[in-house]
Amino acid sequence: MGKKLVVETKELTKRYDGTTVVDRLNLHVAENEVFGLLGPNGAGKTTTILMLLGLTEPASGIARVYGFDSTREPLKVKRLAGYLPEKVGFYDSLTARENLKFIARLNNISDAESHRQIEQLLEAVGIADMADVAVGKFSRGMKQRLGIADVLVKKPKVAFLDEPTAGLDPEGINQILDLIANLPQIGTTVVLSSHRLYEVQKVCHSIGILSKGRMVIEGSLDSLSKETFAEGRYRIEVETTQPSPQLIEVIGKIGGVRKVEAKGNVLQITTDSDLRAEISKAVVQSDVPLIQVKIQEFSLDDIYMKYFHEG
Amino acid sequence: MITILRKELADYFTSIRGVIALLLVFAISAMALHAAFLGIRGETETEFVFLRLFTTPEKAIPALLNFPTIMALFFIPFIGIALGFDAINSERTSGTLSRVLSQPVFRDNVINAKFLASIFTLSIMATTSMLLISGYGLRIIGVPPTSEEFIRLFIYLVSIIIYGAFWLGLAILFSVLFRWVGTSLLTSLAMWLFFGLFYIFMLAPVIANALAPATDGTTAELIRNAELQSILLRVSPNYLFLESSTVLLLPLVRTLGIVTIGEAVYMIPNPLSLGQSLLLMWPHLTILIGLTAICFAISYVVFMRQEIRAT
Repeated sequence: MGKKLVVETKELTKRYDGTTVVDRLNLHVAENEVFGLLGPNGAGKTTTILMLLGLTEPASGIARVYGFDSTREPLKVKRLAGYLPEKVGFYDSLTARENLKFIARLNNISDAESHRQIEQLLEAVGIADMADVAVGKFSRGMKQRLGIADVLVKKPKVAFLDEPTAGLDPEGINQILDLIANLPQIGTTVVLSSHRLYEVQKVCHSIGILSKGRMVIEGSLDSLSKETFAEGRYRIEVETTQPSPQLIEVIGKIGGVRKVEAKGNVLQITTDSDLRAEISKAVVQSDVPLIQVKIQEFSLDDIYMKYFHEG
Repeated sequence: MITILRKELADYFTSIRGVIALLLVFAISAMALHAAFLGIRGETETEFVFLRLFTTPEKAIPALLNFPTIMALFFIPFIGIALGFDAINSERTSGTLSRVLSQPVFRDNVINAKFLASIFTLSIMATTSMLLISGYGLRIIGVPPTSEEFIRLFIYLVSIIIYGAFWLGLAILFSVLFRWVGTSLLTSLAMWLFFGLFYIFMLAPVIANALAPATDGTTAELIRNAELQSILLRVSPNYLFLESSTVLLLPLVRTLGIVTIGEAVYMIPNPLSLGQSLLLMWPHLTILIGLTAICFAISYVVFMRQEIRAT
């Protein structure tokens, strides 16, 4: 890789009352990328993030953020890292602006300095018109947006976002995802946890899938899908009146086709790319009447399901 | 820490809770003044007239409505509990605690700032009440305080703050121990009712009578019973504070022990000097400070070790 590691854990383990929540976890996040921590509920995503921030002590193992040990030097880590909790909370009696200002002050950012920053952030997350309304009147989605602004107000080098899009409407999700996708450009590495796969697929460069506290698979999205779908990323189903062995042979010779299987009148073809045109041409040329062609692309869903079941 | 302290203070002064507490301060002061107004008219005693503003003779009003009694049994515990019962757990359930702790602040700064802010608020309330009574009292009776009276009142104020800090510490302790605001509030109120009313008026006399019954009515038996009872009563912080304030505000109280009528005949009915009064109340004050320190120390230790995740 050659890239600088921002977040690193070695054999990180956490137990609550005898049950192991995080089990010898090894995690690596490179600088200026968006890393997606995936996993079902209770897989240990939140606990991992809490340990990385030094908010929870690990039973064993090491968590490092920018080389600082999260357990021993939590303050140094917290200066660099922003954290959006899963259930973000604000002081209801303060306005959005005051809430952000409070956090800025805790980070020793002067009011003059934070003023413009807060203005811009509220604009970016789309709640600028609510800046001077008490947060108690905010809806769940608006609080979530404010939460994103809250993380960014200290200009973190790395942002830990726990379910950043929970409670948002579809438009809000896209808005926030765009914002997250742009963070590496301004020098903020992002670690986000989620169980919504398509979001992760949309913004993350690398992912790690957790199951029962263990890292099932970790790596960049591209290399993962290549690895997982060694026998092809697409599945094309061709329905004909009568598939002949010759036809199967002809299709098998098309470049990019990995496997051809006949199931009754349906041919199941796995390919590396979208070869519908070539395949239907071959079918028609071999004089077999073509009824329909369907294509299905494997997504992160399938990676996820595959490893989740294995895990 | 200054930032958190400022925010906490702003919270107290702008919230409905703060307004209600301040109204209570006015009500209590008005009541004390009214009682003093009724009581002092019938006075023939000429010494310590100013102190008498705070200790209306029992003839004028029911004993329970005496100013020091109200302060010891009702007002100070109420204010202490009201300021502290949700200090930590409300922040935990609303999710603001994890947000604040993920900033570069030491964890103890949070609890220290909360404790300081509430003690500060409590001090302002107690001082306001004392000043109101003194000021209006001065207008009513037209007799200025002597320097000794002034010192006695000042020490009384300090002891009020220490006593208030105990209830505050207890309430904060429950807010650290219990996750739900309702539980910590009810537990604090239960402690208050138990020690302030139930224990003093029922349990202590019952235990004393059971352990040292005065069935024959001999002097020795009566003395034993009364001594045991006063030892038992001093378990209650409310009673402890009541006794110490009696010594401070009524210089004529010469002893907190038992005096038989036979002995009393030989006592010279003149007031105790300031130094001697202080000697009498010193152990009480020490115990109150100790109790406060214990409550705060436990809250501190538990809070520092607690998991901070919201649910």
